[in-house]
Amino acid sequence: MANEQRLAAMTGNEAVAHALRQIDPDVIAAYPITPQTDIVQYYSQFVSDGLVKTEMVTVESEHSAMSATIGASAAGARAMTATSSQGLALMWEMLHIASGYRLPIVMPVVNRALSGPINIHCDHSDTMGALTTGWIQIYAESAQEAYDNAIQAVRIAEDPRVLLPTMVCDDGFITSHGIENVSLLPDEVVKGFVGEYKPSKFLLNISDPVTVGPLVLPDYYTELKFQQAEAMKAAKQVILEVAEEYAKISGRKYGLFEEYKMDDAERVVVVLSSAAGTAKAVVNQLRAKGEKVGLLKPRVLRPFPAEELVAALSGAKAVAVMDRAETFSTQGGQLFTELRAAFYDAPKRPLMRGYVFGLGGRDTTVREIGKVFEDLRGDLERGSVSEKYTHLDVRV
Amino acid sequence: MASLKELSAVPEVLASGHRLCAGCGAPIVVRQILRGAKAPVVVTNATGCLEVSTSVYPYSSWNSPWVHTAFECAGATASGVEAAYRSLKKQGKVDKEIKFVAFGGDGGTYDIGFQALSGAMERNHNLVYVCYDNGAYMNTGIQRSSATPKGADTTTSPVGKVSTGKRENRKDLTKIMAAHGIPYAAQVSPAHWNDLYQKAEKAFSAGGAAFINAIAPCPRGWRCDSKDTIEMCRLAVDTCFWPLYEIVEGKVRVTYKPRVKRPVVDFLKPQGRFRHLFQPGNEGLLEEIQKDVDRNWERLLAEEALSN
Repeated sequence: MANEQRLAAMTGNEAVAHALRQIDPDVIAAYPITPQTDIVQYYSQFVSDGLVKTEMVTVESEHSAMSATIGASAAGARAMTATSSQGLALMWEMLHIASGYRLPIVMPVVNRALSGPINIHCDHSDTMGALTTGWIQIYAESAQEAYDNAIQAVRIAEDPRVLLPTMVCDDGFITSHGIENVSLLPDEVVKGFVGEYKPSKFLLNISDPVTVGPLVLPDYYTELKFQQAEAMKAAKQVILEVAEEYAKISGRKYGLFEEYKMDDAERVVVVLSSAAGTAKAVVNQLRAKGEKVGLLKPRVLRPFPAEELVAALSGAKAVAVMDRAETFSTQGGQLFTELRAAFYDAPKRPLMRGYVFGLGGRDTTVREIGKVFEDLRGDLERGSVSEKYTHLDVRV
Repeated sequence: MASLKELSAVPEVLASGHRLCAGCGAPIVVRQILRGAKAPVVVTNATGCLEVSTSVYPYSSWNSPWVHTAFECAGATASGVEAAYRSLKKQGKVDKEIKFVAFGGDGGTYDIGFQALSGAMERNHNLVYVCYDNGAYMNTGIQRSSATPKGADTTTSPVGKVSTGKRENRKDLTKIMAAHGIPYAAQVSPAHWNDLYQKAEKAFSAGGAAFINAIAPCPRGWRCDSKDTIEMCRLAVDTCFWPLYEIVEGKVRVTYKPRVKRPVVDFLKPQGRFRHLFQPGNEGLLEEIQKDVDRNWERLLAEEALSN
């Protein structure tokens, strides 16, 4: 049975801050950056008002935010931070160290375009650049999902089969600053769900001294990276188990991705995060006209659920994959190229095309996504894609 | 004052059998400093010679908990460890008294780690940061740092037809750290082991952020004999190239004043990195280095007089 929940109007950042307050980690080390800033502000107020037991370390940069979070986590604390864009880029070196040391750090990332030129609005260039850092990545469409994902991430990251750091991402300004109705679980229910953090080896256990972060040469490095890759594989099952358990306390069901009106869908748009909300509206409009269209919204990008995505899309005839970041590979966005690769061994492959859209916060409305479905119709009639990948809504 | 006999009875945190070079100043600094802790310590290490030579997996030279993350962030990493301690202690999850120390070379402290160190000092974490200053990036092969003395021949300030080595002055890091308003900052030399030990004790009991700068000869980079490490440490002090002092809540105290201040050439001459300075034509540069040392020493004495 789902618990008594409090429905409140709040921004995505406030919802995430409340998730953090309910998790009440031992240490938060963070640095302000637009559009993440008010997560840190809300949390600082919780600390000042004595609502949490957290030691807050107001570091002098994001590099130090991640370094201090790593230090705290290695010391035996449940440790968290949050960031966006340039902050994530500055952390890049330390992201690999967090995952390589198998520290279950949870980090909300409010997606924002990377400089240059400087831009403070949403796209996914920050977290797409972190796909190879060994972090689990979970994306949210709404403030509610951002809240729910943050709570689930603690259990996923800390599972002994996983022990990997986890980013929970939502869209800068669109989700972080937009006000929505959010259902908050009671504090004690969240505390019960995340439980107490009990690491097996940690620095503050003086009676069992541990060396963390030694020099590892060719004789062992490969094995450590192999174990890390195996942990990422194991994460898929854990993400599903945690989601199932979370559904029991919240009534909200999550998977590796969300399928929206996919049952008989011939034309499908695949898109992450807040743009999926807009895509749902387009699907509704077209369905009202009797068109067989659907939406697939990935939730988890690391681990990449390749087999499950292929299975979910096996009935589609034409698929458009929308990426909110360039890769400059000249072959399309990251999600597009990975999903195409996933279909390499599939017996049946739909027509597939990629779009790069919504860069630097450019609005993507029902009109643009309507055009994407139109393009797919043209491809189906033609029996081939007119262009493998294009930029949506661009002046050339 | 502790006797050598007493100090030698303190259990070693850094075990023998590590892979640092013969005559390296770093492990001497570590062992002398840790004798002042008087409680279990958690050690943070910046990337550098000390880190790579004491932690070759699956071996470790550290009898205490030890963590290394990256080059520029020992200050931040140690901040996180210390914050975790405060959090778990107040929750009753850790009950023991534990001290925190971070070690970094001059590259990891004066240069790339400067910001993270400044942050840790400004936030006044209850930890001791110790720089073992060998005056260059020795781990990567003797490149100049902002701690490299003027005139030194390094692989990125090489002596050549139109160059006499590093042109610039050293950064005065100890003073910069003291300027953060931290409870304790000091400069030490392993040759003065009792002075060093007493300063370590004070740093560990300062109740907040403490910074210790230790001169740590690198026989490879300095091109001096590995048996002369402690002698080089002594010459650095006796020439006033490396004055011994502490700054306690803004008050400067020079803890050792040489009866006879020896000329800086006595410190420079045994080191191959300064050999070119003694060739004809470079007398002016030697004079300039002596003037720099004199000025800094006089200034330190004046600061002592002013603050007391």
